[in-house]
Amino acid sequence: MGEVKESGVQEPALIEIADGVKKIPGINAVLGPLNMLVNWGRAGSIWPMTFGLACCAIEMMDAGASTNDLDRFGIIFRASPRQADCMIVAGTLTKKMSPVLRRVYDQMPEPRYVLAMGSCACSGGVFNSYSVTQGVDTIVPVDVYVPGCPPRPAALMQGLIKLQEKILQEQYRWSLWR
Amino acid sequence: MESMEIAEKLQDHFPGEVLEICDFHGQVGVIVKRDRIVDILRWLRDTPEIKMDHFMDLCGVDNKKRLGGNLLRFEVVYNLYSIPLRHSIRIRAQVPENDACIDTATGLWCGANWHERECYDLMGISFNGHPDMRRILLPDDWVGHPLRKEYPLKGREEWSGLVELKHKVVELQEFGLSDGTLRTEAEQSQTEGNEKS
Repeated sequence: MGEVKESGVQEPALIEIADGVKKIPGINAVLGPLNMLVNWGRAGSIWPMTFGLACCAIEMMDAGASTNDLDRFGIIFRASPRQADCMIVAGTLTKKMSPVLRRVYDQMPEPRYVLAMGSCACSGGVFNSYSVTQGVDTIVPVDVYVPGCPPRPAALMQGLIKLQEKILQEQYRWSLWR
Repeated sequence: MESMEIAEKLQDHFPGEVLEICDFHGQVGVIVKRDRIVDILRWLRDTPEIKMDHFMDLCGVDNKKRLGGNLLRFEVVYNLYSIPLRHSIRIRAQVPENDACIDTATGLWCGANWHERECYDLMGISFNGHPDMRRILLPDDWVGHPLRKEYPLKGREEWSGLVELKHKVVELQEFGLSDGTLRTEAEQSQTEGNEKS
């Protein structure tokens, strides 16, 4: 007496690599709703335009260097605004520099995000004076604020993770279907 | 050579120009009239036993809160150093308020160029004979000289370039897709109100 085995094609087990994004093993393909796929791709490759203006830029460089290593988030600094998705404004923005900041922002293609790093970029900081712009959010729209004077690399990374979370939740923002 | 010795030699050589020699914690400053400042500096540079070949710094001082004695409203301070002889001295040239100008030192040390422009930019002392007397740090169309005592910390009016930029930012707002925070003029005052409540 033998047991009759149920015959059939075995379903390949899909591996969930991110929320809503599944990988088919053995094939170089991912499966998921387009919305989630695009958001996953964008969140995993934030290429920032560096806008180092003061001492915060040193912490930003440290965040990019080997100890903290932003590359593991897919964050690769770009020297050109045309290739960038995100602008990290690191440091004190003076009034004379403001038109330059706006021009660089305008040169970035959509989707684009701005991360204000440090007290000066968030609000002007201690420099409530004649020459300093009181927060970059008076010049460009800011997505993430990272306070601190200067913020440590871990704080900058937290800010970038917040930005990733924001990108992953985007829906119906870019068009009617997405 | 000791700084005091240099100051005394300077006084002997320019008796009509040197007003006072002051010593503060071993640093000797010579208060002089502005009229022959270039001659004084040239003498300090070219005299073999003094040989002040290094122009360390130039700065402007507003004496408004310590007037009296030999001090006029403004002061241009020259810090000189001799690299081969390792001695230094400070020359303080007095500049009156109603005619805030002094002869340029760019003919002696061409490095004085940007120092003098900075002094003009922030203190409003102009330098006669300077090859390029423009602002160096602030925008060209800035009004006022911020390091003068009567200049308020926040300035009297907003710089026209920033006003123009903020108008442009509001205009461009409808074309951008970003949903980040942008504080316009009206919202800025509103935010301040919210912070208080």
